[in-house]
Amino acid sequence: MVLATAHSGSAQDTPLISGGVGFFSSTNGGNTSYLPIIEPLIAAPIGPHLLVESRATLLESFSPNGGGQPGYDHSHFIALTYLQGGFVVSPHVTIVAGDYLIPFNTYNDRLSPIWISNFQDGPLTSPLGVFSIGQGLGGMVRGSAIQRNKYSIDYAYFYSTRTSNEQFQADRGSGGRASLYLPDQRLELGFSYDRLLQGVHENFCGAHAWWEPKDTAFRLRSEFSRGHHAQGYWVEADYRTQAFGGLNSWFGRIEPVFRMQQTFRRDTIASDGLPSANTQRADFGLDYNLPHNTRILTSYSRQFSATRNTNIWETGLVYRFLFPTWKGKQ
Amino acid sequence: MNIKRTFIGIVVFASVSLLAFAAQQNSTPDTAPAKQSKAAKAPTPAQDEGERVFQRNCSRCHAAPEGFSPRISGTIVRHMRVRASLSRHDEKALLRFLNP
Repeated sequence: MVLATAHSGSAQDTPLISGGVGFFSSTNGGNTSYLPIIEPLIAAPIGPHLLVESRATLLESFSPNGGGQPGYDHSHFIALTYLQGGFVVSPHVTIVAGDYLIPFNTYNDRLSPIWISNFQDGPLTSPLGVFSIGQGLGGMVRGSAIQRNKYSIDYAYFYSTRTSNEQFQADRGSGGRASLYLPDQRLELGFSYDRLLQGVHENFCGAHAWWEPKDTAFRLRSEFSRGHHAQGYWVEADYRTQAFGGLNSWFGRIEPVFRMQQTFRRDTIASDGLPSANTQRADFGLDYNLPHNTRILTSYSRQFSATRNTNIWETGLVYRFLFPTWKGKQ
Repeated sequence: MNIKRTFIGIVVFASVSLLAFAAQQNSTPDTAPAKQSKAAKAPTPAQDEGERVFQRNCSRCHAAPEGFSPRISGTIVRHMRVRASLSRHDEKALLRFLNP
């Protein structure tokens, strides 16, 4: 694996600014849209136990005019993705307060940043279990319940209140996630459950399985989600070979990615953000990991649905930045 | 039709798993760091422990960022402690690994 090390020097707790800058294009059914995007992240430790961190999204979307009109229309979107304070009480308990990412399955709070995702698009099932918004406002308790050499069990439990504030939209609900990790097998298995506590009290449950075989740059990730009106799954595999000069050779930087996903409607109420008809989709991606934290993402997807079959072509360039907010101590 | 496509999905899943197994059998670890200090060229047991913590926690979700300032390594480790529920011991090992 490629290892991350800081330049030589003593470790300090200077606040950092990180995030990603990207430019994406997507051709869906013959229409090409463009999406320049910035996702900045700031993290600031306060004292020995507290970490305040926040991420935002700023994007401009350029899409073709509909109705046979020539030219492009554009719209912009600026929003806080989360703003939370994490207080480390003990090795087993961390209390998180504020506007946080809902810990349901793995995509929302672990894979959604543009500098982490292997594909431009999230999975079709990503709105399930995160109350469509992805954010909760309130509190969360998380940590490692048990940590042994052979296995560890992590947990997260959250309660979110309802608010319609423009930057902190959230629904009332609660739930959590528990996961078992076997380090020798590099296998992670988890289960998630949450419940909407407003309107129709809908239940959501999910399960995830990740496998990253030791000493390889192969990853297999999968999720299943079940909601009140729909359910679905995705399976994603990516691989980088070390056989031709290691991961940092020009060949080792090539990363083929494949994702298979299916969604199934349980009824005709399509209020959950999933496709209105049963959908199957295969995504074939080829990413290239350039030096200096830059990635090229390309993919072709074929989507089958009762309403319409489509081809989706996507290309993008993402740069990840990471630096201190100020000079700090020498 | 759905059953047929689900079956195809399972076959693809099984094929990918076999590919992973084959890759595991044929590969050798590549431990060349992106930017290492002189001290990092000869890893100490403490650094090995830190590398283990890094691979078991951080790289499960994301690739490692290339060389960054030591001024923020403490902040990065705190972030990982909140996100990945690192123990105090793992936090110290990771900090030593990031700052050899």
